[in-house]
Amino acid sequence: MLIELKDIHKTYNKGQPLHVLKGVDLEIGQGEFVSIMGASGSGKSTLLNILGILDNYDEGTYYLDGQLIKYLSEKEAAHYRNKMIGFVFQSFNLISFKTAVENVELPLFYQGVGRKKRREMAMEYLERFGLADWALHYPNEMSGGQKQRVAIARALITQPRILLADEPTGALDSKTSVDVMELLTKLYREEKVTIIVVTHESGVANCTDKIIHIKDGIIGETTLNEQHHASVFGTDTIIK
Amino acid sequence: MRFDADTYREIADSLLRNKRRSLLTGFGIFWGLFMLLFLIGGGNGLKDLLSKNFDGFATNSIVLFANETTKPYKGFKEGRTWQLEYRDVDRLKEMVPELELVTPQLASWGVKATRDTRSASCHTKGVEAVYSQVETPVLKFGRYINEVDVMQKRKVCVIGEHVWNELFPGGEDPCGTYICVGSIYYRVVGVDVSTSNINMGGRSSDAITVPISVLRDVLNSGNSVGIICAVGKSGVSMSDLESRIRQVINRQHFIDPSDKEAMMYLNMEAIFRIVDKLFRGVNFMIWLVGIGTLLAGAIGVSNIMLVVVRERTVEIGIRRAIGATPRDILSQIILEGIALTVVAGASGIVFSVFLLNLFEIITKHQAAFQIHFGTAVIALLLLTLLGILAGIAPAYRAMHIKPVDAMRDE
Repeated sequence: MLIELKDIHKTYNKGQPLHVLKGVDLEIGQGEFVSIMGASGSGKSTLLNILGILDNYDEGTYYLDGQLIKYLSEKEAAHYRNKMIGFVFQSFNLISFKTAVENVELPLFYQGVGRKKRREMAMEYLERFGLADWALHYPNEMSGGQKQRVAIARALITQPRILLADEPTGALDSKTSVDVMELLTKLYREEKVTIIVVTHESGVANCTDKIIHIKDGIIGETTLNEQHHASVFGTDTIIK
Repeated sequence: MRFDADTYREIADSLLRNKRRSLLTGFGIFWGLFMLLFLIGGGNGLKDLLSKNFDGFATNSIVLFANETTKPYKGFKEGRTWQLEYRDVDRLKEMVPELELVTPQLASWGVKATRDTRSASCHTKGVEAVYSQVETPVLKFGRYINEVDVMQKRKVCVIGEHVWNELFPGGEDPCGTYICVGSIYYRVVGVDVSTSNINMGGRSSDAITVPISVLRDVLNSGNSVGIICAVGKSGVSMSDLESRIRQVINRQHFIDPSDKEAMMYLNMEAIFRIVDKLFRGVNFMIWLVGIGTLLAGAIGVSNIMLVVVRERTVEIGIRRAIGATPRDILSQIILEGIALTVVAGASGIVFSVFLLNLFEIITKHQAAFQIHFGTAVIALLLLTLLGILAGIAPAYRAMHIKPVDAMRDE
């Protein structure tokens, strides 16, 4: 298994202690396309943060590719994030004063890859996503769909083991949402990237092969969805 | 921490693409350094201007002249007037071997010099040839009074610049021409254009210098002389000689040995020392004000950078999420701070040098309104240090930004 979570607990201690994750067990294999669904406050974002080593947990164990992710120093955490995980955020989180290509090559900068090599690889990824013409544009000159594709290119450029997408269509209209989900599906089918999508939109979840429901900090039912019929709305489009 | 061209490009990008922010941050430093160097340069210039006044006057010299006595002595009442005499010159020469030269001077004020229809008000100064070592003349034409002039009582004169301008408006060489001073005709032998503002016996530009023997006869002054000038041998402090010189003079004129008011002992060395002290004080003030301004600038930079770091929370969070280590962020913010202070400070240096140069042109290069290269280098080093200090607090705050903060942007 690529990801193994056992009995993960997480409590936030800001003012009132808030027990968000109450013993999460989760296994995700190499090459799976999984969505995590849940209402707001269900703990899905916290779970994603723990999966992405952005946050630590209080109890339990988390193995990522056989490596125990616990008690990591900030430096080690940064190293694992850089090498193994690609992030796609709801609000794109591109750096506004950098062009598309500079945004895409930034993870390689922190890996110490040379400038020329970086630029080459970034252009290659942009080209693959049909954004070669937009390479020198700043994020505020691009549409939401383009921005999200740039963000996906940035997430993939380090060839990570998992792609974590936090509400990747949250800021997009239904048309571009479909485009983005199709892109993710294509990446999963053709390149065998392990993709975990956190969403509350059933149409988005319906694009994935496996839907994991989370409720009140505990994993609920897991639906296998290889036929993509989980949602009555989700067959052809994404209802907004 | 990586120190390669990429790191610097990254810093240059962050600074250049947020121009307004960088400008605002750098301005404090720019202004601080500008003020510091401008004040230092200005102070140097003023000092230079002031010391121009002393140019051409021997620094280890004294000037003596008689006052009323203030103490009764040997039957004489206090308040007696007395006069320095030629004999005093000889006595000083003989009894104070530390003196390089001793020379008397006579002066007569409010005379009119005429030539044809032109006239100039001036004063006459009777000197010996060696007087040129006390007050160095700057001769535009001709020569100074020489020993033979004094010996043979030649009616020759050296005229000051102003007199020359008035009497010879064409600016021609006046040597050989006769001018009338008072009621006596003198042949002009030289023009002294010295601009020094320390003169004995009136401003040198209004002076007509003649042999002392001639003026003695003209004024019918007998044995008395107006003032006595003396220059010490090199390495001799004129302050140390004061009591001995007073002793020599007082004894001959029946003045109480303890009467220090009876004779004016004008010590140039002391005056130079006072001016020097004054400027050291001024310099201290300049550095105090300048460094204060610079510090205020650095604190300002630090403050603005703190605000900027808060503003950049999302950006830093993103960088952290995609693999930047805390040290990457720390070094980036500190290096940004250094780059900003150094660039802003260097422009401050350039701007102050530019303005100082302008000053110099305006004052027609009378004084060097400049800073030493070393001062600028020290200032730049100080600045880098300040940049690091200014960057530390913001950088630590930036370092503690967690990648999850990037997602809490709403």
